[in-house]
Order: sequence, then C-alpha cells, then structure tokens
Amino acid sequence: MIRLPLVLFFSAALFSTGVYGVLARRNAVLVLMSIELMLNAVNVNLVAFSQLWQHITGQVFALFVIAVAAAEVGIGLAIVILIYRNRETISVDEVNLLKW
Amino acid sequence: MQAELAAEPGILQFAWVIVVLPMASFALIVFFGKRMPWKGVEFGVLAVGAGLVLSLQVLWHFVQGGGPYEKGLTWAPVGPFTLEIGQYVDGLTAVMFVLVCTVSLCVQVYSIGYMHGDTRYTWFFAALSLFTGSMLNLVVANNLFQLLVGWELVGICSYLLIGHWWEEKINSDAAIKAFITTKTGDVPFLFGIFTLVFATGTSNIARISEAAEMGHISHGLLVVAALLLFGGAIGKSAQFPLHVWLPDAMQGPTPVSALIHAATMVVAGVYLVGRMFAVFSPAGSAMAFVSTIAGITMLIAALLAMVQDDIKRVLAYSTVSQLAYMIAGLSLGERGYTPGLFHMFTHGFFKALMFLAAGSVIHAVHSSNMSEMGGLRKSMPVTFWTFMIGGGALAGIPPLAGFWSKDEIITMAFKTGHYGLWVVTMLTAVVTAFYMTRAMLLTFFGEYRGHGHPHESPAVMTVPLVVLAAGSAVVGFLGAPQLSAVFADWVHFGPVEHEPFSYGFAAISVLGAGLGLYAGYSLYTRWTEREPLRALGPGYALLENKYYLDDIYLRGIVRPIQYRLSAAVSWFDRTLIDGIVNGVAKLTQGVSGGVHGFDLTVIDGAVNGIAQTAGFTGGILRYIQSGNVQRYAAFLFAGVVIMAIIITRI
Repeated sequence: MIRLPLVLFFSAALFSTGVYGVLARRNAVLVLMSIELMLNAVNVNLVAFSQLWQHITGQVFALFVIAVAAAEVGIGLAIVILIYRNRETISVDEVNLLKW
Repeated sequence: MQAELAAEPGILQFAWVIVVLPMASFALIVFFGKRMPWKGVEFGVLAVGAGLVLSLQVLWHFVQGGGPYEKGLTWAPVGPFTLEIGQYVDGLTAVMFVLVCTVSLCVQVYSIGYMHGDTRYTWFFAALSLFTGSMLNLVVANNLFQLLVGWELVGICSYLLIGHWWEEKINSDAAIKAFITTKTGDVPFLFGIFTLVFATGTSNIARISEAAEMGHISHGLLVVAALLLFGGAIGKSAQFPLHVWLPDAMQGPTPVSALIHAATMVVAGVYLVGRMFAVFSPAGSAMAFVSTIAGITMLIAALLAMVQDDIKRVLAYSTVSQLAYMIAGLSLGERGYTPGLFHMFTHGFFKALMFLAAGSVIHAVHSSNMSEMGGLRKSMPVTFWTFMIGGGALAGIPPLAGFWSKDEIITMAFKTGHYGLWVVTMLTAVVTAFYMTRAMLLTFFGEYRGHGHPHESPAVMTVPLVVLAAGSAVVGFLGAPQLSAVFADWVHFGPVEHEPFSYGFAAISVLGAGLGLYAGYSLYTRWTEREPLRALGPGYALLENKYYLDDIYLRGIVRPIQYRLSAAVSWFDRTLIDGIVNGVAKLTQGVSGGVHGFDLTVIDGAVNGIAQTAGFTGGILRYIQSGNVQRYAAFLFAGVVIMAIIITRI
C-alpha cells in the first residue's frame, strides 16, 4: 500500500512538469504532450482518492478524462497540421496574429 | 318664439340636408368640376334642385299646419357655455328655403348661358354653390354662432363673386368696398351676439327668444342688443348709412347680382331681424331707430334710382329701397312681422327676375347703359314681357306679387299709427313706380340707340325668366286676404292674425303707383338726349352725386385712415413693434450664443473627455494582447494560482 502523500507529491510534480512544458516549450506538439502530462497528473489524483475513499467515482472520472484527452489530442494535432501547412512552422511563438 | 315643438317632425329632421347639398356640391365642383362634361354645373344644379324638392316638402309640413322643430348637437363645450350646431325649422325657415333654392336654381341655370365661355366658369359655379349653402346655413341655424358662420360665409362669397372679373381694378375695388362696408356692420353684430349670450348664457335662438319674451333680460340690455344686431343688418341689408356698397356690387356678373339681391346676402339682414324678433319687439326705442333708418333709406334710395343710367344700378337702388320696406314692416311691431317678411319673399322672386332680365338685355346689347338701349321689346319679346311682370310687381301693380306685400306694409304702417312712416312709404311707392316706368320705357320702348342687332337670349336664359315671372305673378296670392292669406299661417309672430283687406288703402296705394306710372310715362315716352329730371337743378346734382355720401366716406374715413392713420400705425409698427420683435430676436441670439459656448466646452468636453480617457486606457491595455498563446496561458495559470490562494485563505 503506497502512502497517499507520496502519490500526491508525484501527481503535483507531474502537473508542474506539464505546466512548465505548456508555458515554456515552442514546439506545438510538445505543448500538446505537456497538456497530456497535466491531464494524467489529474488522473493519478482521481485514482488515488478513489482508492482512499474506496469509491468507484474517481476511477470512472479518470476513464472519462482519458477519453476526452484522446479526443483533445486528435483535434489538437489536426490544428497543428493545418498551421504547419499554412505557415510552414509549428513554433507557438510565431503564431501570433491575434494581437493589438 | 313658438315653444311647443311638432309632435311628428317628419321631414323637418332632415332639413339640414338642404344645407349640406350645396356645400357638398361646392367641394365636388372645386375638386372634379373641370373634368365633368358640363364643367361642374351639373353638381350645382342637381344639389339645388334636390334642395328645392326637399324645401317644398318642408313647406308642405307647414301648409298642413305642422309645428316648428328644433334639434341641436353639442359642438364644443367652452366652460359653462356650449357651442351648438343644429337646426331650427319653422315657417320662416321653410319659406326662406323655398326662396333661396328657387332663386339659386334659376340663377344657376341662367348662368350656364350667361357665363358661357368665361375663363373661371367652373369656379363661378363653385362659388354660387357655396353662396347658396352659406345662406341656407344662416337660415337653418338654431344658434347665433352658427348663424354668424353663415353670415360671414355669405359675405366672403359675395366678395368673391362681385370680384369675379378681378382683372379690372374697378371690379376688385367694388368687391373690397362691399366686404369692408358690410364688415363695418358685422362688428356691432358680433357684440350684439355677445350681449345676448352674456344676458342669457346661451346662443340658442329659441332659448334667447323665450328669455326675452318672459322678461328675463332687462329692458336696457334688450335695447342695446337689438341696436347692435341691427347694426349687422344695416351693413348686410345695405341700409343708410352703409348702403353704399350695394350699387358698386353691380360690377359683379349679373346672375350674381340677382342672387345677392334676391335670395342671399342682403335679405340676411332682414331675416336676422325677423329671426331675432323677440329681442326687437319689446325694445321700443330700438324699434323706433330701426323704423327711422328704414324710412330714410327707403326714400333716398328710391330717389337715387330715378337718375341712374345704368339699368343694374336702378335695380340696385331699388333693392336698397325695397329692403327698407321690409325692415320698415318689421319695425311696426308684431302686426308688421308677417307683411315685412312676406315682402322679403315676394321681392326675392321679382328682383331675381328683373336682374336676370336685365342681364339678358345686357347680354344682347353689350352695355348696361339705358341710353344705349331702347326699342328692345320687338327683338327680345320674352325678356320684355318677363321684365314687365317684374317691374309691375315692383311698382305695386295689382294683382302682381309686389302689390300684395307692399300694400300690406303701407296699410299696416297707417293702422299701427306710424303716420310719418306711412307718408314715407307712400311717397316711396310713387317714386318706385316712376323709376320703374322710366327704366322700362328707356329700355324696351322707342327706337334702338345702341350698336349692332340685339337678339333674344337662348332658352337656357329665358326659361328661368319665365319661371320667375310666373312666381312673381302668383306668389302674391299667398298673402292675399281674399284667399285666406295662408302666408300668415306659416310666418307669424305671436298668435296668427288675419288682417282684413282694406279696399280703401289698396285704392290709395294703387293710386300712388298710378301717379308714378303717369309721371314716368309723360316724361319718358320720347327719348331725349337731355335727362328730363335735370330740370330739378341742384337737386339733380345732389342725386347724381349720391348725396356726396361716397365722397364724404372717401374724404372723411377712407383717406384719413389711408394716409394719416396708416402712417401712424406704420410708424408705431416700425418703431415699437419691430423694436420689441428685434429686441427679442437680439436677446434670443445672445442666449443662444451662450448656450452654444456651454455646449462646445462643457457638454462636448465631457463627451470627448470620456472618449479620450477610454482611448488612452485602451492604448495602454492593448499591449497585453500580445498574440502569444503561451503568455495568455501564463496569465491564466497566474490567475488560477491567485484565486487558489484567495479561496484557501477564506
């Protein structure tokens, strides 16, 4: 039986890594992957608390999140491909039309 | 007036239709007249024809012994006073309906021929319709204000029609003179209405009459009201000293003269006195004044008619004189009521006839001067015979209409003890016969003195003449005592009284007429270049210059007003009124300058300030919108963190 604080620390570290990736990475694909990391940190949390309270809801939610994440990545990658076709780049920095 | 109303008003309820018909015809002619095949004449003739049929039915109601009918609708309540619109139909109204519709119908049919080819043909008929409608409105009115509306409309119509050929200055001058002179009488008339409304609190004629009869109005107030109302009648019915407009009104087309003199306009004054007789009757001193005015007018107008060369002017002065007869009849009191109004009725027929006949003559010889006529009886037989009937009726030859009515007035003047007035009426009767003989001899007998070949007028003009001649010949019998004098049953004041016929008085008046006829015949059988009456010397000059009344009015009233008063008013206008107006304008300008400044600085400043502030703030804040998604995400996370901190602290 793993102790709960350990799991939460792991989840927090994973989420922080994801945040860093989203904010700092230039490559859009890596940004999407970082979002994946954040979602999975949440999943770890949901499963851990489900185990703690001996209640199935957390795990059901985790499954939902996985499904939604899969869809999200699908759409995200499609957008990335379209941007690449139009702009010949996938650097997030250079996609800045929406400004003053 | 008669208080009890008819149990079954029947046709009387629809008497207002008679008034509305010509009014509607006026509108139709104005809007559609020119597009109609007969240029709008059909509307006028149909409307007045239908009106005549209805009028006869209304009269039939009274022939059968029906009572009067009154019905008013509230038009506009003004405080405690209510303005009404309604109808009061009694025997007098019915008789007037018949007279106005008959004369108007004849005049309109006649005008088809007389006005043929006129530039404002359609408009002429529109004005005739309006004229008729206005007079009928005056006649049917159940209250003084509605009567006043008709009264003024009649005035404006006469103005329009007298000035129908306004291209010539003399015509428009005559129209203006007619309008302003009658208006001079309208001012006292209006104040007379105010007096009565003040005294009784209502303008309803029946209620005022009732109040006057019951003695609810003080005697002094009654006298004042009667005198003021009579002021209106002086102007409208062309009595001395305001009679000067009527002869000048001859400048209008002749059918208009016939309409003005016979049925509309001038008889309005007589009708007013008859309608408001309850106010006049108890006011003895006012009646004495009325009587005096009538006596003066009667004689001076008849004398003036003797010296006129213009055939229409002879008839015009004769109208003034005959109107004075009617008013004199009314001024005799209750017993003179029926004779006075009966003369109005008969006079309507023969005066319309004579004007139309004179128009027919003028149409043929292209001149209205009798010195250029003569011998027309052969070339214009119908006109001649109808004119003879009209002239005979006017001169009082029995058994024509004028004899019966005039004789009644003269006899009544004697019977009621007005001996002075009786002498004047007798004298006037002699003079009347004289000038009518003169006019007939100069026009139809002797040798033709004009140019060209006169010929009889077309049937459309002679048929109305014949109709009116028949009327002039027979309507007198309505008042003949031998034939039970039915007219008195329809038109009477107080109880019906049938005066017995006095052969003695009739003989005197016939003798008077015969004297005038003889004098005229002996002077005018042979045409002389020099007017025989010139033998009168200074008297003739006085008559020829119309007693210098026109000159006195011109020098004494018109010119001072024109040159002195208008100059003074003009000065007053330019300095004081304009000063005030300009001052107000300057003040307004100054204020608006101030307002303008306030607007520019404060209001605009506020508006622009707000806009500038928003722009400035936006200019700073826009740099947040970098377009960099990751920066947005950073803000988002920062926000989440801040919110998490706040929430956990709470």
